[in-house]
Amino acid sequence: MNTNVNVRGLSRDVYKGSASTLCAGCGHNSITNNLIKALYEYGVDPYKLAKMSGIGCSSKTPAYFVDRAHGFNGVHGRMPSLATGAKLANRELMVLGISGDGDTASIGLGQFCHMMRRNVDATYIIEDNGCYGLTKGQFSATADRGSILKKGQVNELETIDVCGLAVELGATFVARSFSGDGKQLIPLLQAAFSHRGIAVLDIISPCVTFNDHEGSTKSYNYVKEHHAVLHAPDFIMGSQEITVDYEPGTAQEIEFDNGDRVVLRKLERDYDASDRIGALRTMHEARERGELVTGLLYVDTAAHDLCERERLPKKPLAQMNEDELRISREDWAQLMAV
Amino acid sequence: MRASVPEYLRVNTANDLTIRAATVNGSGSQSANLVLTNAIFRMGIPVAPKNVFPSNIEGLPTWFDVRVTPQGYQCRSRDIDVLVALNPATWHADVRDVRSGGVIVHEASYAVTGATAREDVTYYPVPFAKLAKEHVSDGGLRKYLTNMIYVGVLAHLLGIEAATIEAALRTQFKRKPKAVDTNMDAVRLGIDYAANNLTKSDLYRLQPMSGKTEGLMLMDGNNAAALGCVMGGCTVAAWYPITPSSSLCESFISYCDRFRVDKESGERKAAIVQAEDELAAIGMVFGATWAGARAMTSTSGPGLSLMAEFAGLGYYAELPGVIFDVQRAGPSTGLPTRTLQGDVSFAYTLSHGDTKHIVLLPGTVDEAYEFSMQAFDLADRFQTPVFVLSDLDLGMNLWMSKPLAYPEKPFDRGKVLDAAKLEEVKSWGRYRDVEGDGIPYRTLPGTEHPLAGYFTRGSGHDEQANYSENPDVYRNNLDRLTRKHDTARAYVPQPIAEDLGRDVGIIAYGTTHHAVVEARDRLSEQGFQTDYLRVRALPFAQDVTAFIERHDRVYVVEQNRDGQLYSLLKSELPPHLSEHLQSIRHYNGVPIDAAAITEPLLGAEKPVLA
Repeated sequence: MNTNVNVRGLSRDVYKGSASTLCAGCGHNSITNNLIKALYEYGVDPYKLAKMSGIGCSSKTPAYFVDRAHGFNGVHGRMPSLATGAKLANRELMVLGISGDGDTASIGLGQFCHMMRRNVDATYIIEDNGCYGLTKGQFSATADRGSILKKGQVNELETIDVCGLAVELGATFVARSFSGDGKQLIPLLQAAFSHRGIAVLDIISPCVTFNDHEGSTKSYNYVKEHHAVLHAPDFIMGSQEITVDYEPGTAQEIEFDNGDRVVLRKLERDYDASDRIGALRTMHEARERGELVTGLLYVDTAAHDLCERERLPKKPLAQMNEDELRISREDWAQLMAV
Repeated sequence: MRASVPEYLRVNTANDLTIRAATVNGSGSQSANLVLTNAIFRMGIPVAPKNVFPSNIEGLPTWFDVRVTPQGYQCRSRDIDVLVALNPATWHADVRDVRSGGVIVHEASYAVTGATAREDVTYYPVPFAKLAKEHVSDGGLRKYLTNMIYVGVLAHLLGIEAATIEAALRTQFKRKPKAVDTNMDAVRLGIDYAANNLTKSDLYRLQPMSGKTEGLMLMDGNNAAALGCVMGGCTVAAWYPITPSSSLCESFISYCDRFRVDKESGERKAAIVQAEDELAAIGMVFGATWAGARAMTSTSGPGLSLMAEFAGLGYYAELPGVIFDVQRAGPSTGLPTRTLQGDVSFAYTLSHGDTKHIVLLPGTVDEAYEFSMQAFDLADRFQTPVFVLSDLDLGMNLWMSKPLAYPEKPFDRGKVLDAAKLEEVKSWGRYRDVEGDGIPYRTLPGTEHPLAGYFTRGSGHDEQANYSENPDVYRNNLDRLTRKHDTARAYVPQPIAEDLGRDVGIIAYGTTHHAVVEARDRLSEQGFQTDYLRVRALPFAQDVTAFIERHDRVYVVEQNRDGQLYSLLKSELPPHLSEHLQSIRHYNGVPIDAAAITEPLLGAEKPVLA
């Protein structure tokens, strides 16, 4: 067996993209690297992958992985609508949307909310650094209250907790992680790929140029000191055997439609990722304590996704021709009978 | 009282009149008006109904005009011959608007005194409320059936057979056959009351005729456009409700439910999303077309404003997409239920930077259907957003139309490289102009070939779709887009011209056409012949230039304040042609009539004729 290829027989190089043009040390680059690893190990079909993004530093990153896949860098805050349209047109596509905190929580908040409500089958990554990078460091709407900008301005506004909002609005897979924590992030990404429905990952990703200083709540140091991990996730492909024994009561196992599973190993506390109210409570309490909780906050594998609710056929709409789509001559004649 | 008969009535009384029903919105008068329209149409008499309604669900004044002409004119007339007055709030104004020699059927309790007591009209008082109260026991139905009473009164006064009304009722209540009898009872109440209590003392009458309506049907433009979407292969529709375009998507939904659903599985070959706003609606359209589906959204002016940013992305990233704009008077809260051709120049260059879109301008129900279908082909062929601009008048009013033709051509999906073709060509560039027509090739996500993938972006890109801010690359790309736009001139619906070498020409587009038809007849009756060209799309076809060149004076008629098409002609055509052009504009929110053209045109021609 060739150990340099994945389950699809593809080498890791296939999952790489152009060189990043972001700042050295940017959290987003760590996310890209983790994403490449996650996609490679998962064996994602590059031809079925649709990389969608809005505008901002985060939204440039789809150019930095899986060169061979189609990518779409749209307009600011509107990735959700593009992703929704693409999925409806071809439900065989694996839609991977990459957004930022400004792109999602400010200009794109409306589209974000409605994509959650629709439970579009897609992965939605928010590369969250609490500030606008490309326009040189203004606060974004996910900046925590009391967080301080490089030049001293204090954010007096309440933060928008995109994970809390997503759960509130009916999202069916909501996770939070940290760009530097590949051990946690990769299994969460892979679980998101397997989830049928919207899978949101808010990934705290420090901006080394504008938001990594003392007083910022999205800096490497702050995250390190305030990181509260809910559980340790393992992702298990349906075809894989479970080689680790989980003691009863020490792990929560969640199985997705395709047979893949994510096992959430218990750490200090009990946490039930299928409890929606519990998830909201946990997020609120963590915020009160100034903690950054990470892990799979909430998951519901049973809800219908948009394509199911629309009762779309298995065959992608994009591939249908005039014989399949036009009204028959007989029905037409009846419609036009005067 | 008996009015003196004006001269025109002595010659022109049969099948040439406009009936206006003045009622209160939400009182159910729409059904009565449609039944009346349909009944007259069944007599072989051409009809042109115009609903002039308020932005309101219940309580505000509303008017419905049914124009009837032996010639089959489809435009509005400003002369009201027969008024049905059932709204006390507008009673005074409604009486004032009736032409001299006209007829007023009114609720008997309205006072006919002072300004409402005219010497030159005939009054027929009918105690509608009393009749309804006495004969309709169901209080809930009463206000609706009151309207059917006036249908009966008019049937008697104008000469419509009861059986014809009944047949029209069956059409109107196709899905609720039980309602036919209840409504017919109310119609009979009106017929009987009129027969027993009113003495016909005016000359207006309807009489069956032939030769004008055979083989025609009544349909609205939004319905026809929706059928165009079905036959044009649209599979993804995203929309935000907005008058007057909502019924386009709603018709599309209803046709898809009827004809795109697999009876066994319940699966539907269409995805239709009511979006959170127009930004999302057009975003879904571009996401869907990027992934290979045919997609559309329908909106009106305010929604078009919200789509401006995405329209630019669609233009530069070269994404197909069909955007219906059923135009209305502006701004957002302007006159949402009134018509205008006010978005032409806005739509043509919608977005920031240098943009020029393909804009189709349907003027008839048949074109609403054909252009809708064609829009999907053009969008795919040119890989660009295509705007279909109709208006409230075309979209929401009923028009006489020949049955819509079954399409004989397959879809034109344009220049798409699939895996087999990619294997053949070995190399390609997303934005490379291979044939010199400005149109590049594209691949669709999901294509299983290592060469298929590319990165779509609105920002600067070279022929390989790689990011570039190089000045030459940017300029070359813009020049190619200009080439593509020029190529489109020959592909879009070409103008229709009647050019017999007269001195004066008229140019119009969209629904203005119907007023031009009547205006040219009126002018011709006065011995003034005109040539005519109807623009049916932007960019302008070569024939438009030639037509203007051949005529000394060309009147551009349109329904907006600033002469938008007139301005586009001046900016797009050779400068010396500007001198040939003059502008005639109508912009009060109600559909244009012939007099709005003949009066200014003759006014301008007078010095020349003298």
